[in-house]
Amino acid sequence: MKVWSPYVVGAGIGILSWFTFATADKPIGITTAFEYSAALTEQAAAPEVTQPYIEAKAKDGKVPKIDWEWMLVLGVFIGAYFSSKMSGDRAPGEQVPGLWGWRFGTSQRKRHAGAFLGGVIMMLGARIAQGCTSGHAISGILQLSLSSWIFAPVMGVAGMAVAFLIYGKEGRNHV
Amino acid sequence: MFEEPLKLVLGLISGILFGVLLQKGQVAKFQKLMGQFLLKDFTVVKIMTTAIAVGTLGVHALVALGVAEIHVQTASLARVIVGGVLFGTGLAIFGLCPGTSVAACGEGRRDAMIGVLGMFVGAGVYVASYEALEPLFRSMADYGKVTLPEFTGTAPWPWAGALAVVIAIALALLERAHPKRLDAKL
Repeated sequence: MKVWSPYVVGAGIGILSWFTFATADKPIGITTAFEYSAALTEQAAAPEVTQPYIEAKAKDGKVPKIDWEWMLVLGVFIGAYFSSKMSGDRAPGEQVPGLWGWRFGTSQRKRHAGAFLGGVIMMLGARIAQGCTSGHAISGILQLSLSSWIFAPVMGVAGMAVAFLIYGKEGRNHV
Repeated sequence: MFEEPLKLVLGLISGILFGVLLQKGQVAKFQKLMGQFLLKDFTVVKIMTTAIAVGTLGVHALVALGVAEIHVQTASLARVIVGGVLFGTGLAIFGLCPGTSVAACGEGRRDAMIGVLGMFVGAGVYVASYEALEPLFRSMADYGKVTLPEFTGTAPWPWAGALAVVIAIALALLERAHPKRLDAKL
């Protein structure tokens, strides 16, 4: 089946969180793995640049490494690959998403520039806030974390404001 | 450099399951996520809130049994507010969030791959500018790694129970107002 009910998927993610807590005592999260990968890369290339970061992490008893969460991110890629292969739900060639195309035209290069820029800003925000849609808005909210209960509404409102700013009300006819 | 092998295998298994769920939920798609931000398609909210309602009950049960612990990030107002605004802004431009963008790469989407590359760069900027960012983190109150029950000096169970019930009721109402869309443009 290509599409599962959002309630089945949501319940599945909820039960998966029981599994991750029970087996590894970890909440589902994505972006720490990016931070650690970037830190390891930069440390190899220019150790002096990462020094303050590494020292601050050490005070927290943490060392950037290839860990459980890093493998989780790799797993998401693998899981989505096989899931989309088996149900024939692969990317439709080189097209840009419909809403984007309506607003910015069908140029691949423009869409790639937007994706890259958005990715940089989003991840910088995720690391400043120490969590993303998974780590804060799902795992943190379900753990009743104060930080997540502030982060989630802030990012939701910011996302809606920017989405309406970019696409306007008329954009709603293109999703 | 590496965590113990068992943890790595468990992480991989959990990730594969998460990837399948995100892909089947249709949320590894730009159109679905932007449909949510434009308040047209409520798939993302339905998935997230269901996950929270189911997850909060089980995770608090595991904590009560002593099998797991609560792991939360520090409630630094500057971190979550500045980070939240940047995160929401970047997400609305990119059209995918960190988890769903990795899943979209698995679907073979080229733009998601470029976006993930941008995410790697963004993480690098954070690490390299850590010293410069630190004063910002300290510019507002930091309540520490606390949960709402700890912060208010109450027991966690009423919170978890109430959260699950409120979500169930809200979803029943949401489903009536925004049923499954058959005209979604993917």
